Amino acid sequence: MTESITKAIFGRLSWESFPVHEPILLWTFIVVLLLGAGIVGAVSYFRLWGWLWREWLTSVDHKKIGIMYMILGIVMLLRGFADALMMRLQQAMAFGASEGYLNAHHYDQIFTAHGTIMIFFVAIPLIVGIVNYVMPLQIGARDVAFPFLNSLSLWLTVAGALLVMISLFVGEFSRAGWLNYVPVANLANSPDTGPDYYLWALQIAGIGTTLSAINMVTTILKMRAPGMTLMKMPIFTWTALCSNVLAIAIFPALTGAFAMLMLDRYVGTNFFTNDFGGNPMMYWNLVWLWGHPEVYVLILPVFGIYSEVTSTFCGKRLFGYSSMVYASVVITILSYLVWLHHFFTMGAGASVNSFFGIATMVISIPTGAKIFNWLFTMYRGQIRYELPMMWVVAFMLTFVVGGMTGVLLAVPPADFVLHNSLFLVAHFHNVIIGGVVFGLFAGMYYWFPKAFGFRLDPFWGKISFWGWVAGYWVAWTPIYIVGLMGTTRRVRQFDDPSLQIWFIIAGIGALIILVGILAFVIQIAVSIKNRKQLRDTTGDPWDGRTLEWSTPSPPPFYNFAFTPVVHDQDAWYDMKQRGARQPEGGYRPIHMPRNTGAGIILSGLAFILGFAMIWYMWWLAAAAAIAIFAVAIGHTFNYNRDYFVPSEEVARIEAAAARP
Amino acid sequence: MSDRTLEAEEQPVFYQTGEEGPAHAGGGTLLGFWIYLMSDALIFASLFATFGVLSSSFAGGPTPRDFVDLNLVALNTAILLVSALTCGLAMIAMHQGRLAALRSWLIVTALLGAAFVAIEMHEFGNMIAEGATPQRSGYLSAFFTLVGTHGLHVTLGVVWIAVMLVQLGQRGLHHDNRRRLLCLSMFWHFLDVIWIGVFTFVYLLGVL
Repeated sequence: MTESITKAIFGRLSWESFPVHEPILLWTFIVVLLLGAGIVGAVSYFRLWGWLWREWLTSVDHKKIGIMYMILGIVMLLRGFADALMMRLQQAMAFGASEGYLNAHHYDQIFTAHGTIMIFFVAIPLIVGIVNYVMPLQIGARDVAFPFLNSLSLWLTVAGALLVMISLFVGEFSRAGWLNYVPVANLANSPDTGPDYYLWALQIAGIGTTLSAINMVTTILKMRAPGMTLMKMPIFTWTALCSNVLAIAIFPALTGAFAMLMLDRYVGTNFFTNDFGGNPMMYWNLVWLWGHPEVYVLILPVFGIYSEVTSTFCGKRLFGYSSMVYASVVITILSYLVWLHHFFTMGAGASVNSFFGIATMVISIPTGAKIFNWLFTMYRGQIRYELPMMWVVAFMLTFVVGGMTGVLLAVPPADFVLHNSLFLVAHFHNVIIGGVVFGLFAGMYYWFPKAFGFRLDPFWGKISFWGWVAGYWVAWTPIYIVGLMGTTRRVRQFDDPSLQIWFIIAGIGALIILVGILAFVIQIAVSIKNRKQLRDTTGDPWDGRTLEWSTPSPPPFYNFAFTPVVHDQDAWYDMKQRGARQPEGGYRPIHMPRNTGAGIILSGLAFILGFAMIWYMWWLAAAAAIAIFAVAIGHTFNYNRDYFVPSEEVARIEAAAARP
Repeated sequence: MSDRTLEAEEQPVFYQTGEEGPAHAGGGTLLGFWIYLMSDALIFASLFATFGVLSSSFAGGPTPRDFVDLNLVALNTAILLVSALTCGLAMIAMHQGRLAALRSWLIVTALLGAAFVAIEMHEFGNMIAEGATPQRSGYLSAFFTLVGTHGLHVTLGVVWIAVMLVQLGQRGLHHDNRRRLLCLSMFWHFLDVIWIGVFTFVYLLGVL
């Protein structure tokens, strides 16, 4: 009797769901609890809850939302990297008779969580964050097209990240790989909560990403400053447009695939099962129809960052602007036509495999064109090796190797040998770390002074740079080598002791990357401490070329007191050359959106809905779903969503702002 | 002419100091909603693709010939197409500023939508009673999910109309309400287009 009541209330959640018998998890949990208590205590002690709620949690300012995305990405990077260190340690230890220190059950969760977190909750939030912060400033807009939607997107992503984090301490995470592959993730093979955590976390976060992409595309198409035709848009904005168009085109496939797998697991349908006519490979097709373009969703804006940084720090207009634009568009289209190269071994036949193999190789042509454009921009430029430019050079040297191994893997006969080997794992880490991560660092160093009004400390930045770059090569070269020798991925323990030395070297490389990460954290702390010396009083610390540098650092919440009029690709450089000065009076009232708590409340309810569904607490799930409907509909009854900043207020802020 | 060009080059305008348009042009919402509809169309595309792959995975269970009643489906198609007409009439009434006519046409549209969903539920109920459940085969899983997702959209459209009727009662032809109604009508016609696909590929190709 009591048992059935407990079951009705708590579903399948019980005391056994808390992994207190796992010392690693227990200690992590204690540390997280202490950290959390410390943060809550500090916020309460300094009475910051009201400020936090008004200024940040309910903010619809694209700049604050961008910064919060970045914080989420960096925090999740620490978690994802901890997983990476644990894997490297396990693989360096577990040879011959040694079992290492992780059991198979735990190890499988770690590699799944590592991939899931690094792509969905590190790379995506960091990219979305930078686009959110920079793009509206580059096009001379005062906010995005749908400010409330922007806030909702952020908090839905946070809700997804929280679900993944909670799976560490309540129940368990998926063991089916970072795309939650069937048949392992089918109910028959994984009756636990793992795949459910995965599905709900990513479904909630994925809705946020889709909404954000719709928002960014509409913003770019509708809100550019007068005079900024499509071919006068800054190249970063172009790549952001391509990336977000691509995101809109692919995320529905992922949503559909996940929804069908949810139906399989909750309702008992037979989409991806092995019997009753189900077809597991259909799941692979759908998730890779998302998955391959997704890497271009990540890399395209980063190509834009490299372009902006190269042009600025070489003091030259970008070489081949229009070829850069066309290359981005061609990559966007081609990336949609290559997904099958992830499973050439499925047996689709020689002609299908040839098509996808050739389409994959063709992508290297526009990508190669971009590399040459950057090199020609540097040629005879006045190159300043500040931190962002150092990352660009490191990227070009590292990424080219990853690109070439990618073309190698695109050849179907070679892929039959290398499929699911560590060579493949080394390849995609080569392009993701050497491409996306290096570019994100270049972008963070480049735009940090704009966002916060002071530069990041260069000394610790250089240590971080060398840690990452050297660490990358030491960690992944040995993995390329053992992969070429035939070692497969997702292996917990090896028989052949002659391979151990390679994994030990790889582990040392991971430790060097750890130095890079710690130096980055120290750098932020040191820079905050020395912010007076590092202050940017000009708004244009790097002698920039695009409109974001025409605002004070940090920009006022309305971005531009007067909307700029664009005459050139490098609009701000053109304005500086021709001596344009912002008028010092005659301000007009500025139309701005009001803050709203609806985004964070809806996302909190979505989190509860996800958690309740994972644990089969049907009453709670129903209540959360009803509440989501009620809040969403109730929000539409609010017609009072914007206001005018009075011109006196604008005059006061502009007078106080730092300007040359 | 050439003089004026020269003058413009000497003194270009770099900042807009005069009167500005609203920061959030109304066209943005319509474009954004249109893009959302395209992403929704792609969700349907993934369901159609899955349906195509599983279209003969009967696993020894019922095939469409066993359960599809084309007369009922034809009736339902007619209901949905007529509701598109009434939705269009509602939009015309809105543009002419006739609030009462607008509300009446919206009510007719919602009733037709509700009838569509009711008939679909009746069809599903019959199928489940005959043992053609979503769990029975890959084909039936895809059938129920594709048709059901469309039905869910129609249901949400009916709820949306109900909310709009309340908001029209409160604020009449407010600028925001007009914009929302334009989005609603796009949504409704989008569901029509999807239904044409469902009717053709699921029902007609399944039976004929």
